[in-house]
Amino acid sequence: MDILRFITAGSVDDGKSTLIGRLLYDSKNILIDQLEQLEKQTKNKEAGPIDLALLTDGLRAEREQGITIDVAYRYFSTPKRKFIIADAPGHVQYTRNMITGASNASLIIVLVDARQGVVEQTRRHSIIASLLKIPHVVVAINKMDLVEFSEEVYTKIIADYASVAAQLGLNDITYVPISALQGDNIVDASTKMDWYVGKPLLQLLEDVSIDDDINLIDPRFQVQFVLRPQTDELHDYRGYAGKVISGVYRTGDAVTILPAGFQTSISKLEIAGKEVSEIFAPQSATILLADDIDISRGDSIVNSQNLPITSNEIDVLLCWMDDKPLQSGGKYYIQHNSQLQRAMVKEIEYRIDVNTLEHQPVEGQVKLNEVVKAKLKTSSQLVFDSYEKLRANGTAILIDETSNSTVAAVLFV
Amino acid sequence: MSKHHLNYLEQLEAESIHIFREIAAQFERPALLFSGGKDSITLVHLARKAFAPGKIPFPLVHIDTGHNFQEALDYRDAMAESIHANLIVRKVEDTIKAKNLTEAKGKFPSRNWLQTYTLLDTIEEFKFDACIGGARRDEEKARAKERIFSVRDDFGQWNPKLQRPELWNTYNGRINKGENVRVFPISNWTELDIWNYIKHENITLPSIYFSHERELIVHEGQLVALSDFVLRESTDVIVTKRIRYRTVGDMTCTAAVESDAITLDEVISEITAAKISERGETRIDDRVTEAAMEDRKKNGYF
Repeated sequence: MDILRFITAGSVDDGKSTLIGRLLYDSKNILIDQLEQLEKQTKNKEAGPIDLALLTDGLRAEREQGITIDVAYRYFSTPKRKFIIADAPGHVQYTRNMITGASNASLIIVLVDARQGVVEQTRRHSIIASLLKIPHVVVAINKMDLVEFSEEVYTKIIADYASVAAQLGLNDITYVPISALQGDNIVDASTKMDWYVGKPLLQLLEDVSIDDDINLIDPRFQVQFVLRPQTDELHDYRGYAGKVISGVYRTGDAVTILPAGFQTSISKLEIAGKEVSEIFAPQSATILLADDIDISRGDSIVNSQNLPITSNEIDVLLCWMDDKPLQSGGKYYIQHNSQLQRAMVKEIEYRIDVNTLEHQPVEGQVKLNEVVKAKLKTSSQLVFDSYEKLRANGTAILIDETSNSTVAAVLFV
Repeated sequence: MSKHHLNYLEQLEAESIHIFREIAAQFERPALLFSGGKDSITLVHLARKAFAPGKIPFPLVHIDTGHNFQEALDYRDAMAESIHANLIVRKVEDTIKAKNLTEAKGKFPSRNWLQTYTLLDTIEEFKFDACIGGARRDEEKARAKERIFSVRDDFGQWNPKLQRPELWNTYNGRINKGENVRVFPISNWTELDIWNYIKHENITLPSIYFSHERELIVHEGQLVALSDFVLRESTDVIVTKRIRYRTVGDMTCTAAVESDAITLDEVISEITAAKISERGETRIDDRVTEAAMEDRKKNGYF
């Protein structure tokens, strides 16, 4: 059993909340007391005795303050898999919310209303999926009950979406016609769409192969914390605790410490204090080195045969996430995994329209939800890979120096 | 399947260890809030793994409401001693006296609300900048939107506007003076994940998690242990049953489950088959209002 993390993208009227409620309900992950509460709250009796959309209802604080918190996480499991849904609300702050929710997702469900077909929203969700290179896409064509379960409607939407996907370079796309409200093709195959020969949605989610989503080729490891117990038995112990970002490390490997460039080798590997002969992504582990070198938090330990980029001038895509606009020439902190530095936004080259992918000149400020191509200069060398090459080592956040808010998602180009 | 593959429990464990190490590196004075319940016992287990072969580099803090199960207190002391942890205990009783606080009335007078005062005083006393808790997002809908690093203001309050976008596995723990962060390393675990992990790792739990005989008051269909903290009335229906606890909180607000399960396997199979959620079944305090948890959280509760 493994874990699939996915995000659902759809606007309010696409039936996203109903779909999530339906997945939880039909996979028997909602319990009696939660159902009783739903029954009490259900006012919209047209939706049936219980309104599944209420399961993902907001908090009172959000209603009072007129805001939505970007992402809620939902959990369910079947005997095959544990699922974590990032449920991002689909209106005003959509780009920010969707990027946040998608940042840990290996699959996206793009919801399309069968009556509307592929609309601007669908395009925008798909563009963000392609910017973030989400490995697997499921296009769920919802509300099939409102188009008389028509195969013709379904086929037309597939053709329309396929041309969008081709422009965006999206791979591994699967289509499924559903009715979230009535439960068609969610857990069990629908009896009203005999023409559909594929799997119902839940089965698609159970079967999609995600083993290849983790890079086991390029060894990357950043030091999070230096373990120095300094007890009598462990007097000289110096272990570098961190997460294997990608790849595999073995005892004896020749490694380079970046950005300093020291060469050494791995003398011992440990997981939770127990010696192992190799470690791999995404394990949390501890590396001990043959030589006594000055290494601290944020330094990278990489295989000497396979080096990442080390630079202090970096091309990036920035998705702006703060109400306070981006200052060109502004100084921020940049946090790349556990590496923290100061960074200056040197140049803003262009804005990417998330509805069309067009590049536009930037006049004035960069505001919340805008995506721009920019050049950063960091206070010292940053060690990273391009997002294109290595998703797990190709991201960072910008932090406002005074408010300490996370103000931007950074993808290294 | 490749040999470089982690199952779901190994993935969850790796993620939690990563979070623990971020806490130790980013904060000057973290503390692990320990209650004696299975979630905080799991937290301690994960923290030990994160820093092995060294000791956990921060104290365990227990906010003692004075309404605890003795079994949980005994477990706490024995565990702290066996792992050489620095255990700090602060009592709600003392805060009530010092601040002249008014206790809740009623049949099951809960100190759940009052313990927030003791917690905030303790944070102040030790200048903790990060408090690690065992909350899970599957517990309740106010939790579903909680960050792993959740910023609290000077009053310990959770403010939706203060919450930062949390991207990838990058945790921004930078705070201004007076603020602190609550960190939840097992956010992505479900109740069943915890039980399966406890079994896999062979973690010892307090005995009240397993079937035992106890005198109980039947109250609105729930079974509450008879204790000095509960107001007895002549109309009380008292029964003796074999029960176990699914969560361990205060004796006044935790209900028991009828059960003969004496092994972890038996407990897990009962929970797998359970038709009622953990909070719905066992937490009396959440029944008060629909937004009970949200309210407590905003006031500095975990």
